[in-house]
Amino acid sequence: MYDFEFLSPHSVAEAVAMLRDHEESKLLAGGQTFIPVLKQRLSRPSHVIDLSGAGLAGISVLSDRVVIGAMTTHATVAAHAVIGERIPGISRLASWIGDRQVRHRGTIGGSLANNDPTACYPSAVLALNATIKTDRRTINADDFFDGLFTTALEPDEVIEAVEFPIPEKSNYAKFRHPASRYAMVGVFVAKTGSGVRVAVTGASSNGVFRHRAMELALSRDWSADAVAEIETPSDDLNDDHHGSAAYRAHLVNVMTRRAVAGAL
Amino acid sequence: MMEAIQLRVNGEVRSVDVEGRTLLVELLRDKLGLTGTHVGCDTSQCGACVVHVDGDSVKSCTMLARQANGRAVTTIEGLAGDSGELHPLQAMFREHHGLQCGFCTPGMIMSGVDLIHKSFGELSERDVRHGLEGNICRCTGYHNIVKAILAAAAMMAGDREISAKSADA
Repeated sequence: MYDFEFLSPHSVAEAVAMLRDHEESKLLAGGQTFIPVLKQRLSRPSHVIDLSGAGLAGISVLSDRVVIGAMTTHATVAAHAVIGERIPGISRLASWIGDRQVRHRGTIGGSLANNDPTACYPSAVLALNATIKTDRRTINADDFFDGLFTTALEPDEVIEAVEFPIPEKSNYAKFRHPASRYAMVGVFVAKTGSGVRVAVTGASSNGVFRHRAMELALSRDWSADAVAEIETPSDDLNDDHHGSAAYRAHLVNVMTRRAVAGAL
Repeated sequence: MMEAIQLRVNGEVRSVDVEGRTLLVELLRDKLGLTGTHVGCDTSQCGACVVHVDGDSVKSCTMLARQANGRAVTTIEGLAGDSGELHPLQAMFREHHGLQCGFCTPGMIMSGVDLIHKSFGELSERDVRHGLEGNICRCTGYHNIVKAILAAAAMMAGDREISAKSADA
């Protein structure tokens, strides 16, 4: 990879100042996507700003929500007992990302800021109607994801934490690509006092999306049978050598049924 | 740009100059001469480069050396005892023929030790097979690797019970 200067800010404010000072700089979270990107020379930053010393790791549980710091690793989330009890969908999702070593380094903030169309976390954020807290504002899940590798974040904006409301029920079902372990299709379902939300990742080239027809059917009848006949238009779905668009459309239905059937 | 970092490697504090782009595995192999940690794929798939950072198994080809500043790194060279006696998992790899060409072995052992340490004495065959997802072996078919890890887990759990009992006494 090309060389760069490595910067170690001790606070978010310092990180933001560094981003402003160096136009060609990039933030480093867990690095499990970004370091491979650097090796492939797909990105050539002048400065890499490491967030590990900025105090963004940690989980706090409040009466109606769970707040996960941006630098919290997937392994920490997967092992957190209260998240396992209150939002089991998130525990399962975190425990299936990559492999054990990737989960020890990869972070929720890094995953969301990157918005890979096959990443898992965007589906949890969208289905649970979470809010993204940054150094300057809070962004609703519905406004955050903006298509392939694109988010509402400003170039000098830093995610500090993600706030998840505690649902009545949640679950995540993932059909993993057998080699990369990314989601061929991942479906997160959440049932709350204000309704049902279903978010699908991996299937669309535009990234995560809400499945309104599934949401409507499940808000009338929370059961796997209720969505058995619901089809997913395959127009915008990925169509490649791993699977056709029609195959992915079918998987969306199967994963939704599995997620609902196993929801706690 | 070169800058000095300080880290603990296999118990010893080391101070090394590294570039921003230097990978942890490059630091270990090229600067510190610890060539037991292997580079297989260099794309975080194969797990030949697994080491422990502050007790967690990580792929040292997908971590920058600067990210290890101030941390404790354990490599395969740091597992055996001072007098050279093998770590129980190394001994069980030999006993159960858990390697053929040996290229993946350091990573397999570092991942296996992490799995055993965090299993609190309850490690099933399924846990081991699932836990080795990030380590690829092209020779053995994994079977003897799994056997070796389960055998070492049983030995280490036994050791824990014995030391707990002697602590009680």
